[in-house]
Amino acid sequence: MSSTLQPSEPRYPMIEVSHIHTRFGAAVVHDDISLTVNKDEVFAIAGGNGSGKSVLMREMILLQQPSAGAIQIFGQDIRAMDDDAVAALRRRCGVLFQHGALFSSLTVTENVAVPLREHTSLSAKLIEELALLKIAGTGFPMASVNKYPNELSGGMRRRAALARAMALDPELLFLDEPTSGLDPISAAGFDELTQQLREWFRLTIVIITHDLDSLWRIADRVAVLGNGKVLGIGSMSELSNSTDPLIHEYFYGPRGRAAREQAWSRK
Amino acid sequence: MNGSDSTTTSSLLHKAAQISFTPDGNLYCEGAWTLQHLVDLERQIASLPKTFAGPVRCDAGAVDAMDTGGAWLLQRTLNHYEREGARITLDGLSADFATLMQTVARSWSRTEQLQPAQPCGWMERLGRFAWSYVAHARKALAFVGETTVAFGSLLTHANRIRWRVLLYNLQVDGLNAMPIIGLLSFLMGIVIAYQGSEQLKTFGANIFIVDLVGISLLREIAPLLTAILVAGRSGSAYTAQIGTMKVTEELDALRSLGISPMSLLVLPRALALVIALPLLTVFADAVGVFGGMLIALSQLGVTFTEFLNRFEYAIVLRHYVIGIVKTPFFASIIALVGCYQGFQVFGGVDSVGRHTTISVVQAIFLVIVTDAFFSILFSWWEI
Repeated sequence: MSSTLQPSEPRYPMIEVSHIHTRFGAAVVHDDISLTVNKDEVFAIAGGNGSGKSVLMREMILLQQPSAGAIQIFGQDIRAMDDDAVAALRRRCGVLFQHGALFSSLTVTENVAVPLREHTSLSAKLIEELALLKIAGTGFPMASVNKYPNELSGGMRRRAALARAMALDPELLFLDEPTSGLDPISAAGFDELTQQLREWFRLTIVIITHDLDSLWRIADRVAVLGNGKVLGIGSMSELSNSTDPLIHEYFYGPRGRAAREQAWSRK
Repeated sequence: MNGSDSTTTSSLLHKAAQISFTPDGNLYCEGAWTLQHLVDLERQIASLPKTFAGPVRCDAGAVDAMDTGGAWLLQRTLNHYEREGARITLDGLSADFATLMQTVARSWSRTEQLQPAQPCGWMERLGRFAWSYVAHARKALAFVGETTVAFGSLLTHANRIRWRVLLYNLQVDGLNAMPIIGLLSFLMGIVIAYQGSEQLKTFGANIFIVDLVGISLLREIAPLLTAILVAGRSGSAYTAQIGTMKVTEELDALRSLGISPMSLLVLPRALALVIALPLLTVFADAVGVFGGMLIALSQLGVTFTEFLNRFEYAIVLRHYVIGIVKTPFFASIIALVGCYQGFQVFGGVDSVGRHTTISVVQAIFLVIVTDAFFSILFSWWEI
């Protein structure tokens, strides 16, 4: 199938996706997809529009059921989980949705406090302090913490949503197209933030993106999806040498080449 | 933590978090300083002495898990004692947790630029509250004016009427409302006749059931009931539709394509309601009176023929006309309030829900106020 990167050091699998099939009516989204996300790595899922990236992530975070196949998270099969186990699992995962999905009737601070308020019985003061800490940690402009989501720019909204995803100190963070719709400077800033958070909190990150700059900058390994299959898994430099025509197109198209050259010149 | 252990086992691996003073006056921390133990820790910290002076060692060597919550709580406690004049040296904390505490401290320093919001006094709040009403009233008046002007220009340019939209709204807001309005009006007729028949029976004035049912339904109940139902059914839909279009920038898209939202969204809806509401009211009149007839027959022995003969004689045409004359006004109120609130939607989707509620409440309120106004007017004119 694909050239999987051999780990040089012992790595623990955080997520194991094996032989996933997903169908919506007659449309086949996933046709036998298998991949493994190791602890402490930034694993990117790339692929064109409609290649089933977001659906795969939704299946990993238990928002959707695959038609067939198994997914293990933290070593547990998600199909065998009861409600308590699912709740416990959700507390260990943070999710940043594509458009932030901030609750529009709550301010930024209140949004970040929601998971803390729901899952802990801490004092209101401590909850607010923790929420502010998380917000500060994402580089969100502190003058705007009492604003409502619709008063924020796209980049600010993304950072606020990240703070909410980080509220319970997850071990596993899912980012759905975190840089889409951001200007190049904000996007680069967000990549940097992702790196930083990963170092600070020893996160395992699953990131869905087609931002080639992001892929070069932060991804340890990338899985390229296409035609319902995994076209290739590996580091960016491995993938850029792939002979698969679709992957080649992906990396050597006009935009791919520019990002690649830039990445090499940085190194 | 490796992939095979679950939450339950991982929490068993660590001891519950603790912070306390040792007999020799040093701080001692141990266990898992993580979110699940924070409630307990917070309580322990609250029971520690508030102040102490002099140098103190904080031994954190036995802390075996820490997340940002725990790091912050420890940092906050140490900060507090340092502000109180103690000199604290943090000892034995593993390198990872020390880094985490530094990260937390760095993040916290960013929150210190936060200015606590000045709570405003009641005078200011009252002023703002009153002013927001004035501003709203002005905006609403402007909207009414704008619609009137657009309506006027429509009268002179009949070819600008969007017939398809108008007919569609007539179907959705008029025709499709008939079952529910018919049913409720029928029930109202039954209720009024039933209540009346109990009283009339005692006087032997059975035939006056016709006057009771006829006048009350035709003049007041049917128009009001229909207007209230339409406000809940169509007024709310107008707000939700236009509001959603505003949130998704469809209104802006219309404008940029050279289509005025006023002519596409407001006028056809308003026109459709002004046509549909009187027709619905006539329908409600008929069905309501029929309900009354059934009760008159079953409770008072008034046959349909007797009922209709008396109806022709007792119910003067003006009662019917007065009932119908009011309805275009009701319709305008419902349509204008519904559309206006739709345009007032601002920001996120939650605003749509809020304005839909406001729209229904305001429309019903204004309909009843207008009805009361008409009652006074008609009694002045003695009709």
